[in-house]
Amino acid sequence: MPLLQYEAPTSLAQARQALAGRSDAKILAGGTDLLVQMRLGLRDPALVVDIKHVPELMEITLGEQGLRLGAAVPGAVVTDHPEIGQLYPGFVEALGLIGSSQIQGRCSAGGNLCNASPAADCVPALIANRATCNIMGPDGERTVAVEAFNTGPASNCLAADEILVSIDLPRPGPRSSDAYLRFIPRTEMDIAVAGAAVALSLDEAGVCIDARVAIGAVAPTALLVPAAADALIGGTLDEDSLNRASAAASEAAAPITDKRGTVEYRKKVVGVLVRRAAGVAKARIEATS
Amino acid sequence: MSNPKKIHVSTTVNGEPCEFLCEPGQVLSNALRNNLDMTGTKEGCSTGDCGACSVMLDGALVCSCLVLAAEAEGRTIETVEGVADGNALHPIQQKLLEHAALQCGICTPGIVVAAKSLLERHPDPSEEEVRYYLAGNLCRCTGYDKIIRAVLDAGTVMRGE
Ligand SMILES: Cc1cc2nc3c(=O)[nH]c(=O)nc-3n(C[C@H](O)[C@H](O)[C@H](O)COP(=O)(O)OP(=O)(O)OC[C@H]3O[C@@H](n4cnc5c(N)ncnc54)[C@H](O)[C@@H]3O)c2cc1C
Ligand code: FES
Ligand code: FES
Repeated sequence: MPLLQYEAPTSLAQARQALAGRSDAKILAGGTDLLVQMRLGLRDPALVVDIKHVPELMEITLGEQGLRLGAAVPGAVVTDHPEIGQLYPGFVEALGLIGSSQIQGRCSAGGNLCNASPAADCVPALIANRATCNIMGPDGERTVAVEAFNTGPASNCLAADEILVSIDLPRPGPRSSDAYLRFIPRTEMDIAVAGAAVALSLDEAGVCIDARVAIGAVAPTALLVPAAADALIGGTLDEDSLNRASAAASEAAAPITDKRGTVEYRKKVVGVLVRRAAGVAKARIEATS
Repeated sequence: MSNPKKIHVSTTVNGEPCEFLCEPGQVLSNALRNNLDMTGTKEGCSTGDCGACSVMLDGALVCSCLVLAAEAEGRTIETVEGVADGNALHPIQQKLLEHAALQCGICTPGIVVAAKSLLERHPDPSEEEVRYYLAGNLCRCTGYDKIIRAVLDAGTVMRGE
């Protein structure tokens, strides 16, 4: 069935109204997943609700508390921002890895998350940064941690009439940084075989006092790996802590075998990526303090 | 079965205000080519992979095959037709010709739009930066090398060197 209706509400209230009772509707952000799926015949919504005219979804607020990123802000706007990349370099590199320059003109962090691909690049980086989702529904607002947002491949916790409005990334403490690495067989325009994000805080002596490790493309959803973080905390990112963090990530991974890689390969590679991402985050802290 | 109601769109293309009627599910590349008779923009893959459909939408480089035509309402679109100044080719077009950086030419409009977007933002890119920036523009004929040389060369012209 062809798409019958296109709506472009200009407020959250209007957007909620447009979606109310419409299980045949889809929200449109940058369209780099949705329109591809529609053009391939994988989805055929009767109504598309373009949320890019709703101010809350397009705003960037950077303050004491951290970053509030409108769910539909395009990747290129974030990667061009003068400050976001300084606070969350790993998140910005993950978002910037999505697609080509053309895809960057449209793809949003919110769409990347809501589409719920296990390989979505910015999701592990959001999880490592303790990001939370601000969701608006008919009964008001609720907040969900990013690691609890997706429930499986192509499925998330949103009801049909709920909208992801924005994503909050808390402001990192002093001597903190993050990094995201993915492995793809080519250098650009490909989907992750495995991905890893690490966020770290070090004390004056270089001892790791806080860490978050998240992995992607190696399970039905991106995973937070507390055991990998525990291996890093209390150490100086020495060989022993890195080995244990790497092993914990390989252990937590529950990948499938497909044309991109086997179970064994993905488990091994994700451990390597965690070790390297931790090294990059550490180097970033050392470079700025 | 109900027929979709057509949508009236007012937009600006290459500086000219223009209007068209589109289907809700119609994409911008299709509206440019079929409603506005601007066939410079090509459609190759229809899934965001090839970049032949590249246009600027409110100053952002996008694939027009992944934009609904209805989204153009009130926006500013720039296509390959607006790149040359009358009969005077833009340095990027001139250099693509001089370097023989096209064969069938299907990818060329997208390359021109994307390269212009790059050089306007980063007037002096390295070869690596050009290659990454144009990674979403596929060319089945040239092997890319001549395209990259042409874009780097156009950069020197645009910088007035
Ligand atoms: C050529 C190409 C290359 C790509 N490369 C990569 C890559 O390297 N890595 C990667 O991770 N992805 C990649 N993608 C996938 C895609 O670009 C990303 O997932 C992108 O971030 C999706 O964002 P969007 O704004 O375009 O989402 P849309 O397509 O607009 O939406 C995606 C889904 O989320 C829903 N949605 C969007 N916003 C909201 C909201 N605010 N509230 C509720 N639901 C919402 C939509 O209904 C839809 O189901 C690629 C896609 C293409 C076409
Ligand atoms: S036709 Fe749009 S990217 Fe190929
Ligand atoms: S010249 Fe034929 S595709 Fe590029």
